[in-house]
Amino acid sequence: MEKLIAILTSLHPDVDFENNDSLIDDGILDSLDIVSLVTEINAEFDVTIPAEEIVPENFNSAAALMELITKLDEE
Amino acid sequence: MQQKNILEYLEDTVKRVPDKIAFSTGKESMTFGELYSCARAIGSFFAEHAERGEPIAVIMDKHPRTLATFLGIVYSGCFYACIDEKMPAARMLAILEKLEAKKIVTDKKNFALASSLGDFECFVYDDVANTEEKTELLCDIRKKQCNIDPIYVAFTSGSTGTPKGVVASHRSVIDYTETLCEALKFDGDTVFGNQTPLYFDAPLKEIMPTLKLGATTYFIPKMLFSFPVKLVEYLDEYRINTICWVVSALVQISSLGALENHVPKYLTKVAFGSELFPRKQYDLWRKALPEADFYNLYGPTEATGMSCYWYADRELRDDEPIPIGRPFDNTDIILIDDEGKRAERGEICIRGTCLTMGYFNDRDKTDAVFTQNPLNTAYPELVYRTGDIGAFNERGELLFICRKDSQIKHMGHRIELGEIESAANKCEGVRSACCVYDNEAKRIVLFYVGEVDSTTLTKTLIANLPRYMLPAHLEALDALPFTANGKIDRKGLKERAEKIQ
Repeated sequence: MEKLIAILTSLHPDVDFENNDSLIDDGILDSLDIVSLVTEINAEFDVTIPAEEIVPENFNSAAALMELITKLDEE
Repeated sequence: MQQKNILEYLEDTVKRVPDKIAFSTGKESMTFGELYSCARAIGSFFAEHAERGEPIAVIMDKHPRTLATFLGIVYSGCFYACIDEKMPAARMLAILEKLEAKKIVTDKKNFALASSLGDFECFVYDDVANTEEKTELLCDIRKKQCNIDPIYVAFTSGSTGTPKGVVASHRSVIDYTETLCEALKFDGDTVFGNQTPLYFDAPLKEIMPTLKLGATTYFIPKMLFSFPVKLVEYLDEYRINTICWVVSALVQISSLGALENHVPKYLTKVAFGSELFPRKQYDLWRKALPEADFYNLYGPTEATGMSCYWYADRELRDDEPIPIGRPFDNTDIILIDDEGKRAERGEICIRGTCLTMGYFNDRDKTDAVFTQNPLNTAYPELVYRTGDIGAFNERGELLFICRKDSQIKHMGHRIELGEIESAANKCEGVRSACCVYDNEAKRIVLFYVGEVDSTTLTKTLIANLPRYMLPAHLEALDALPFTANGKIDRKGLKERAEKIQ
């Protein structure tokens, strides 16, 4: 989780990623961020986020993203 | 009789297909009939409440009613300037000041924002759109208009920090609409999926053909561009068959792997532009849609919209850049070298009716780039000097080579690095700043000198610049490097930026 928070914080230093659960709904993460995030997560966690999983529900909070990464890691 | 006003497009179309959807967000739509009556109502309101030829700012969300507002303002004999509601207030004010605007039209959502800007008369859409039509007044206004009257002013980044407002007239927009529809073969069955924001000239590609042909444009919610599979589902749901997007939006879908299992079902025409299409991503699109027509478009805001196009009628060699092709009908492109002579490689200069009127309230900047055609010494004739260097390939197709100055294209946006430097210099403690663009990593890097921490500087930048102009990286230096000629060594800084992880 720390690694993920670090990636997110590098994109937006001013956002409290531990507690925010409306990153998409509030427009904090834009399309550019999503591309960077997917690229960095794929590299850092050695997973491949498929296009089907790139949906708002999976990107609204750090917790949701972590859940996705764990799921992909187990597959 | 020759067409002199863009509203004639709407007036002809509404007779043919009054109940067809003209513009829609998917959830909310407006037919040509509704658009026509709302535009005429708004036109009637401003015909009585504004001076002819007065600038009226529009701060509204992307919605069919925003189009009705634009057209309504044109009906009243005024012209509009659409402003990005997400832009920092300081930049909005700079634009409003340049425009000498007194009036703003807004929607309920943006009313508080518009009212907070200062001493402007703010009008809410729902109020003005309910005005009773004053048919005679509108008729009278039309009679007195010429095709060189302005329709809108579109603001683009300016190197000295103040955005420049490009003034487009009926004449230039009609010329563009006619040639664009012909070259890209749009028709009444075209269903556009619009991506570009309404505060630039880019959406004219969808708006004007929609009005002229009785086509339909869907304004795709911005959020969907983050989620490629959902975006493809949206395209399918509304049977969108034509898209004219900036390259970065297309790359968003292909680079995240969406095209592997989700190919838009109805898409038959893909036009792209504003920046170089990375070949790998372009090839992914071609492979996913082998039957579709692809067009590369090129053109500056100053020549209304697009000036050149290349139809992808052949496979490109792996090392071959995508050409920008040939000019639209009634547009001429000449390449001019440093001595003002015609050349095989030189600055792209555009001539034709597509030229806009120049920059609003900025004679010096206008004269610097709208200049006498260097090949014509006999009588006055303007060309627009783009600042882009072009060359012809062996097939006679035009290629974009590079910029002459420090203007860049980032995420489809045209940005003057000087505007970012000027914003940085506003921050207390900053002594000097230099901004460069890392083409490979596609990021803006700002170097600065001064006793200020990066958080404070970031805050100043956020307060003065739209989000797409914010540097991805800030780096403090003890001093900026200089070349032997005493100029800032931009090349050296660029190399340095490319090494930053």
